Amino acid sequence: MLTHLPVLQVIVPLMAAPLCLFLTRSRLVWLFALMVSGLAFLISALLLQQVMTSGIIIYELGGWDAPWGIEYRIDHLNAFLLLIISSVSTVVLLAADTSIQKEIPAEKHSYFYILYLLSLAGMLGIVATGDAFNVFVFLEISSLSAYALIALGKDRRALWAAYQYLIMGTIGATFILIGIGLMYQMTGTLNMHDLSIRLPEVAHTRTVFTAFAFVIVGICLKLALFPLHLWLPNAYAYAPSIVTAFFAATATKVAIYLLIRFTFSVFGLSFSFTALPLHILFLVLGLSGIFAASIAAIYQKNVKHLFAYSSIAQIGYMIVGFSVSTTTGLMATLLHLFNHALMKSALFLALGAVMYRIGSVQLSQFQGLGRQMPITMAAIVIGGLSLIGVPLTVGFVSKWYLILAVIESGWWPVALLILLGSLLAVVYVWRIVEMAYFRPPLTSNENIKEAPFSLLVPIWILVMANIYFGIDTRLSIEVAQAASQSLFGVNP
Amino acid sequence: MLMGLYNYWIVVVLMMVGFYIVIAHGNLIKKIVGLSIFQTSVFIFYISMAKVDGGTAPILADGITQYSNPLPHVLILTAIVVGIATTALGLALAVRIKETYGSIEEEEIQKKDNLDC
Repeated sequence: MLTHLPVLQVIVPLMAAPLCLFLTRSRLVWLFALMVSGLAFLISALLLQQVMTSGIIIYELGGWDAPWGIEYRIDHLNAFLLLIISSVSTVVLLAADTSIQKEIPAEKHSYFYILYLLSLAGMLGIVATGDAFNVFVFLEISSLSAYALIALGKDRRALWAAYQYLIMGTIGATFILIGIGLMYQMTGTLNMHDLSIRLPEVAHTRTVFTAFAFVIVGICLKLALFPLHLWLPNAYAYAPSIVTAFFAATATKVAIYLLIRFTFSVFGLSFSFTALPLHILFLVLGLSGIFAASIAAIYQKNVKHLFAYSSIAQIGYMIVGFSVSTTTGLMATLLHLFNHALMKSALFLALGAVMYRIGSVQLSQFQGLGRQMPITMAAIVIGGLSLIGVPLTVGFVSKWYLILAVIESGWWPVALLILLGSLLAVVYVWRIVEMAYFRPPLTSNENIKEAPFSLLVPIWILVMANIYFGIDTRLSIEVAQAASQSLFGVNP
Repeated sequence: MLMGLYNYWIVVVLMMVGFYIVIAHGNLIKKIVGLSIFQTSVFIFYISMAKVDGGTAPILADGITQYSNPLPHVLILTAIVVGIATTALGLALAVRIKETYGSIEEEEIQKKDNLDC
């Protein structure tokens, strides 16, 4: 059983998804989905533990040797990502039953859970697999279910957002497919590890260069790197709250994983950073992302929009860490990946609670909510502090390492810009705080009470995680460091 | 050079045609048609890549030593299925958009959304 963990990680949610059709009652489906996600979490925790003690796990599907068969290859980086995805998914699902009662019509509940599990399976698959074409297949599984999930939103703009995401997402995925095809043409293999051995022999050809460019642009579309981020704000703002909380924490992270995997492992560090001027390209795009998106966030009227823009800015921080391309820089990126997943899932779930009580997340509706929904608003405040990077929250840890990495490389003006970017976060978080705590409640919202217990528990689990991992950083730093070192170790 | 790689030229032309339609047209159905053409070009790319000079179809038979590579064909079958699913989902969304907005023109949809805000 234990030897089959890598494939079970993906197969369990994938097989469980259609089974949801047989369970007709909404609550029953929810319990089932929660159980499956919990199981996935357990598997990923076991995998991480196994990787930390005994190194890379290689699993051959159907017993066919790689590179002929498909291989699942779990190293520190994969295991870390699997844990992030499955843990966030489980906690978010805890809140799903209550939250979707008000946001999705009852007859669609089981479809919601099917799509959710498929999307989860797709994301876990992308991370677990060691085969480049398999990445594309899982990417499409997760994306197709994501489009449908977003279209479930109550507002009609959700449909339009889902459509736009479909167009952009498909272009991105097709670009990745072209890149993989070109790589196969040159090397005759699809196995990532095998590719990394064979690509250097043909690295000087224009075909490999083209493949690299296609893959990078495709992935950047998926991870919503500024200026390819246009699909993200509306998709996040109009999707059901649970979907937003899940995707904000995982979808773009998976794309960042792909970026790291392809540049560091498949193409190799020396090729990636010389073929394209990735250092300067990603540094500039990352920084402009931080500023453009943070400034856009300040002017949003819809709080979900606000945090969606803030997500784009946070992706900018991860990309800056990536562009440094030192062990510390990559470690900062990985830490921020983990930490941002915690912050954003907590924040969007808290917005889900506001949505549950008020039916809207317009900033004007937040007036006086600090008194009416104190526990939910406290969660938003702590999440916001974490977003800014205040000490004792996770946001501080990753920003600290990011600035450390940047200064190590002697890019001190960049460090100043990062701090300036954090100040912008103060502005947009303050707008919510001011609205919620320093204004009298709206008369139309007089009877609003605190969110139900079933929503508060998952929100506060995530908020406590924000604080816990901000103080006790052993787990996250140890894993991020091991992952980052192994990425540099393989390709010195 | 030009003629020898003519299928790749077709791939490039189809790809650009499809891509252009997606970007330039405001009609949601046309956009999906463009997307399909764009994806089809990739299918042709994979299929022509698999051809080995002088090779025949990969069916084991006496007297044949040279076969074309069947793997890209199999890969692209998967991608074709994905393409169908994407097109179907895109069209379904277009139907729903038509139902709620009463239009499938990008400009009109944007205009109606701006009125909402």
